[in-house]
Amino acid sequence: MEPVKASTPLEHHSKPSMMKETKRKRPLINDRVKAILCLLPSIILITIFVYGFIGWTGYVSFSNWNSLIPDFSFAGLKNYAYLFADFRFQADLRNTVFFTLFFIMAVLVAGLILAILLDQKIRAESLFRNIFFFPMALSFVVTGVVWQWVLNPSTGVNLILKEFGISPMWYTSVTIIPGIEWGKIEFGVPVAMIAVVIAAMWQMTGFSVAMYLAGLRGIPDELREAARIDGASEFKIFTKIIFPLLMPITVSVIIIMAHISLKIFDLIYAMTGPGANFVTDVPGVYMFETTFRGNYYANGAAITMIMLLSVAIFIIPYLISSRKGGS
Amino acid sequence: MSVRIVSRPIIYAILIAFSLFFLMPVYLMFITSIKPLDQITLSQMWELPKAIDFTSYKEAYQKLAPNFLNSIYLVIPATILSALLGSLNGYVLSKWKFRGADWIFTAVLFGMFIPYQSILIPLIQFLREIELYNSIPGLVLVHVVYGIPITTLMFRNFYATVPTEMIESAQMDGAGFFTIFRYIMIPLSIIAFVVVGIWQFTNIWNEFLFAVTITTSEQQPIMVALQNLSGSQIVQWNVQMAGAILAALPTLLVYIFLGKFFVRGLLAGSVKG
Amino acid sequence: MKKTWSIILTISLVFVFALAGCSSSSSTGGDSGKKAGKEKPGKATLDIFSWWTGAGEEDGLKALIELFKEKHPDVKIENAAVAGGAGTNAKAVLASRMQGNDPPATFQVHGGAELNEGWVAAGKMETLDDLYVQEGWSDKFPKELIDLVSKDGHIYSVPVNIHRGNVLWYNKKIFAENNLEAPKTFDDFFKVADALKAKGITPLALGDKEPWTATHLFEDVLLGMLGADNYKKLWTGDIPFDDPKVKEAAETFKKMLSYVNDDHSSRNWQDASQLVGTGEAAMNVMGDWAKGYFSNDLKLKANEDFGWIATPGTDGLFMVITDTFGLPKGVKNPNDVKKWLSVLGSVEGQDKFNLLKGSIPARIDADKSKYDVYGQQTIEEFKTAGLTPSLAHGSAAAEGFLTKVNQAVNIFVTQQKVDQFVDSLKAASSELKK
Repeated sequence: MEPVKASTPLEHHSKPSMMKETKRKRPLINDRVKAILCLLPSIILITIFVYGFIGWTGYVSFSNWNSLIPDFSFAGLKNYAYLFADFRFQADLRNTVFFTLFFIMAVLVAGLILAILLDQKIRAESLFRNIFFFPMALSFVVTGVVWQWVLNPSTGVNLILKEFGISPMWYTSVTIIPGIEWGKIEFGVPVAMIAVVIAAMWQMTGFSVAMYLAGLRGIPDELREAARIDGASEFKIFTKIIFPLLMPITVSVIIIMAHISLKIFDLIYAMTGPGANFVTDVPGVYMFETTFRGNYYANGAAITMIMLLSVAIFIIPYLISSRKGGS
Repeated sequence: MSVRIVSRPIIYAILIAFSLFFLMPVYLMFITSIKPLDQITLSQMWELPKAIDFTSYKEAYQKLAPNFLNSIYLVIPATILSALLGSLNGYVLSKWKFRGADWIFTAVLFGMFIPYQSILIPLIQFLREIELYNSIPGLVLVHVVYGIPITTLMFRNFYATVPTEMIESAQMDGAGFFTIFRYIMIPLSIIAFVVVGIWQFTNIWNEFLFAVTITTSEQQPIMVALQNLSGSQIVQWNVQMAGAILAALPTLLVYIFLGKFFVRGLLAGSVKG
Repeated sequence: MKKTWSIILTISLVFVFALAGCSSSSSTGGDSGKKAGKEKPGKATLDIFSWWTGAGEEDGLKALIELFKEKHPDVKIENAAVAGGAGTNAKAVLASRMQGNDPPATFQVHGGAELNEGWVAAGKMETLDDLYVQEGWSDKFPKELIDLVSKDGHIYSVPVNIHRGNVLWYNKKIFAENNLEAPKTFDDFFKVADALKAKGITPLALGDKEPWTATHLFEDVLLGMLGADNYKKLWTGDIPFDDPKVKEAAETFKKMLSYVNDDHSSRNWQDASQLVGTGEAAMNVMGDWAKGYFSNDLKLKANEDFGWIATPGTDGLFMVITDTFGLPKGVKNPNDVKKWLSVLGSVEGQDKFNLLKGSIPARIDADKSKYDVYGQQTIEEFKTAGLTPSLAHGSAAAEGFLTKVNQAVNIFVTQQKVDQFVDSLKAASSELKK
């Protein structure tokens, strides 16, 4: 339908003489060529730098390039088979699953609560908003460095926790709860990962607050008023009217947060590193170390292809649905 | 009226509690950075320093200044170039749609969500090939290219709000593709340029993965240098915190003065503008 | 309007830029112009590539460069050191330069597998046989050291310094107060450790935030349990990693781990050494760069505050970590590089560097009297000791194997499952070149 739009001007404004119309038609066609030409460099760049490079990485992941010297001989699924049998990669998958779950939950819940509270026509709203938003302007590296200090096993926060009977060593704990044997690893929640979740939540909650706040502000007051007149309780108004209306925002936040957490690297690299027994390791860190420190290029490429796949599962349906919704 | 679920004092109590949680690291970061090393002990962690001491800033500055400059040389051209490219793309994709334009747009958008690790190996090979590996221009190129999706998205959504009638009447007056872009779209989209500019500035300044894999030592931007500061030597927390503050300062300042635009960019980044 | 023009100019710049971007990506030949532009006019600079950027070592390198300038004022020399990550950053840069056929004039490389299985095997190094003959070096370095920088009978690099890996550092005060002797065997070690534990002192300090420190401890246990010959056979594949002897070593390693500080995984090696320095822990296994940390950073006195002894079972053995420099293929100025290597290998050069770096010279005829008490003793021992290559520092096996060993060790430190550990070592050993 859109291409039609571009050509409509001619029809609409064709009241002047025929002469003029033919005169204008030529530069217009010219303009459409110009438009495509302007887009072309970007398309070429994206084709090469995104799709071409992904293809090349995929090719490397099927090769034998696991040393300093490139070796593109075909290795089949060897690199993938290696990873899925690898303790470290299994641990990475576990860590990513729990990090993603907890991180998204924390961001959603805290974001929704704070947005609702901020929407209560309170005093100093902009001050509170600024406090909740500012960490987003920081780098994950800064967040990692700072939280490393805040949560250091021998520092203040942990001394307070000690009063409640929590050992300060939780920060580097290798405990997995509940720790069911699964493959080579213990499956469960790695305690040390909680520290990373807290730091990540600190940084990203502002995003969900902003999203929910925008959503709440977009809900017309008449809706609530009407419900109130019908005698609905405030709680009911929220669960039956507001929450469903916020659903698309919730989905957006989940998708955005999921793609951040599935590819997370800098926060963990700066804050905890892979951790003892790889309790805080994630594919991003593993890929970095194995590729650029150990020269296992094919293994590293295989890790990234798995990462890409996990992100694509979320993103492609989302992109397609929002494309339909958008136009 | 909005929802009233809980009473006012409770609202404020919760908000203040969360604010404390958000500000705690900042407080620690700040007081640690102005303490001399010998006052940084467990028992004194939360206390205000006895005397303000800026030596850690001096040390952090000495160590980070070259990298700080690198970041500036990186961020300014990369932001400007990617904003211009994005506005051009957004203009075409919103006002000069052609068959398949939406599919192309979706395909371009995908580039914004990929884990950049998955293009890193060929990217490095490629940069080495064109001799831009380990250089700031190389990083600029990378950020411009991978900034295309987000900047295009933001501008496309912005230009979609410009009434088509304006374009049509301009065409009536004989204005062509570039004239419309220059005299109608750009003046109309100053705000979009600010939003996109701030967004790209913040993101590129804070970026770490490309920076750590594409550059080394003297070429490294600030974030990598900050991370190295916590490297293998004895951890001097005061210097590290001072370094973190220095590294965060530009984006924080931008946030403080132009926060509104930053949040707009944030919301625009969620695809549905 | 000026503004208009500037905008048009920038837009066109974007275009040129974008088009340049895609044209150069479609044909890599497009950058030949750039390459030519980069060519240095006249004589090529001698860029010395290393990761010597820390205190001491940087001074040592600068002193060497000064010495070279005095002797060869006509050669342009440049310090191209890369900081960060204890050499890992530098190695990554080096790998990319070598792959891009843009080698530095000469570069720092650990003797052993890092040199031989890495760059020599890749066909990237020139042999230095003639330089050794010309300088008469063949009897100036220990034979076992020359073997470490040779492959298939050809010599490929010049050792500058020697660090010893198998050193057990201990807090003298603690040992004196508890009437303990520094342990020479594993039995002694465990007796001492039990006595210390009973007193509430952490017997062994470990800081394995970076896993190589645990690997470092493990290699010294391997050496102590297997002896030099069998230890070396591990790297040639003559003794497999599932040999009962390796298993026994892993058991001993495991037992040692039960004596370490609780917070080992949040500490780095300096933090661990600090525990020994301040008396919170009694012993620590670390290479002799820890001596510099004890005396320079912690201001402790050698042989008074801290003492040292070879790690259990390794008396008379010397886990050697040697930094060497070689001549890559394809450099523009091989003769200048050889001049640099001659300076490196000279007594004068070695003394200039090592006194500042805190290591000992690789030559056996250097002037011992210039060194401190630790240095003098180590120089003496180096002359007669049996040399063994370090695994944790890349001398025993290639980088890839080491990466996997570090992973296995990281897992083992927590899980302490000996069988699983030995299995993963065995699996990783398929990487070893025969």
